[in-house]
Amino acid sequence: MEKKLTGSDFFWAFIRSNFLQASWNMERMQGLGYCFGMVPILKRLYEGDELKAALKRHLEFYNTQPFVTAPIIGITAAMEEKKANGADIPDSVINGIKVGMMGPLAGVGDPIFWGTLRPITAALGASIAASGSLLGPLTFFVLFNAVRLFVRYYGIKYGYNKGTDIVQDVAGNKLQKLTEGASILGLFVMGALVNKWTSVNIPVVVAEYDNQLGEHVVTTVQGILDSLMPGLVPLFLTFMCMGLLKQKVNAIWIIFGLFALGIVCYALGIMSVK
Amino acid sequence: MEINGIQILLIFIYGTIAGMGSCLDEFQTHRPLIACTATGLVLGDMTTGIIIGGTLEMIALGWMNIGAAIAPDAALASVISTILVIAGHQSIGAGIAIAMPIAAAGQVLAIICKTVSVVFQHWADGYAEKGSTFGIDMCHYLALLFQGLRVGVPAVLVAMYVGTDAVQSMLAAIPPVITGGLQVASGFIVVVGYAMVINMMGANYLMPFFFLGFVVAAYTDFNLVALGVIGLVAAIIYIQLNPKYQAPQVVAAAGASSSASDLDDELD
Repeated sequence: MEKKLTGSDFFWAFIRSNFLQASWNMERMQGLGYCFGMVPILKRLYEGDELKAALKRHLEFYNTQPFVTAPIIGITAAMEEKKANGADIPDSVINGIKVGMMGPLAGVGDPIFWGTLRPITAALGASIAASGSLLGPLTFFVLFNAVRLFVRYYGIKYGYNKGTDIVQDVAGNKLQKLTEGASILGLFVMGALVNKWTSVNIPVVVAEYDNQLGEHVVTTVQGILDSLMPGLVPLFLTFMCMGLLKQKVNAIWIIFGLFALGIVCYALGIMSVK
Repeated sequence: MEINGIQILLIFIYGTIAGMGSCLDEFQTHRPLIACTATGLVLGDMTTGIIIGGTLEMIALGWMNIGAAIAPDAALASVISTILVIAGHQSIGAGIAIAMPIAAAGQVLAIICKTVSVVFQHWADGYAEKGSTFGIDMCHYLALLFQGLRVGVPAVLVAMYVGTDAVQSMLAAIPPVITGGLQVASGFIVVVGYAMVINMMGANYLMPFFFLGFVVAAYTDFNLVALGVIGLVAAIIYIQLNPKYQAPQVVAAAGASSSASDLDDELD
């Protein structure tokens, strides 16, 4: 009798895929997590020694952006189904597909989910949260998870239906367009955030005089900078941080450095709260 | 403020959930916006929790697990700083400042735990040998619980000792020049997160869009939604007009134009 995966197998693989990284470790990273996600599928297709071999096959090294694992689960499910029905698919081919897909898909998933979706939904939530409104955290939680669960659920189906054809999709234009588009959106919003969601005030007085109308005019460093363009100091600091991060300086140390800068400047009266 | 027994239990439970979330990176229960809100709710002051969460979220915007890199621990930092602000009567600025060393310590702890987790992977190998899917599942769940306790246990320790006089007087001894300076610094500390996101994109040739966003935000009062829509439109237009995505049609058009130029030649 031909072995066929059922809807409930995919449903449970989807549920389990939400726990992919639980056993993330320094040796095989998401290896155990991937196998954990495949368990409902492998149990349907194999028994006895074949099951043992299949479990071992999926405990190998694996690591990618977690959400884009969905289509890979779909493809390997399709391949395992064929294999269980007698097709001659060696272990190395299944592992090759996994390893071959995880790099390119991480290259797509990282900028889309970590670079664009999360910063934007989180910044949106944080801007609402500034007033203490519960809508802030809710907005972030609902928006982010809605997209994530959608990708996880349909990713598995998409991978299963397309099978190994998906490799062409990865190589083709479609994903590149999506990645580039997401990067543009992400960078645009980062630019806006650097300008708007920062605050620097340098109240050092440069000149103080009475103008012809008899008004008292005080010119501060911040006033001069703002007349050039608002947000120049944060822009400079952003580029400084980017440079330091590229030199592999730990982000936490940079944060401490900026804290120290804030304390020193505040103590000397160079900076104040706006 | 004294934290009662039920609150300590709830902090332990939520801390554990946040720790699991920090490892899974799925539901985002470890992100400050969610974790600070939940901790605030437990301590009876959700509004303060939300405000700390929003502030800390912007600082942590770029904290992400990419490849084998492990991010500073937002979960531990969020839960503990919220406890210190609400139950330890600290200013939000001071809470944020205390959150940073905690995030760094949490990062080290996460690296240690993820190294120890190798054990679960090896146990799972043994169960695969026996064909026991139940055993493999258990290894995975145990690893998850272990990751949860990594945050749950330290959080509960802080919750138990924050009400004591020693800790209270220690926190009260922070001089005003430090808290004021920290408040000033929290205005621009967020740029570290922005810089991390920008670097992660690794697309220098797309930086004009960063400057566009910067200038549009500088001279308008648009909110984030409006700015996001403009960014999205810019992205769509870029992709629609970019010649590198037109390749197939260009080939077809080239074929057509070559015959047209043939015709031109004949006309000449």
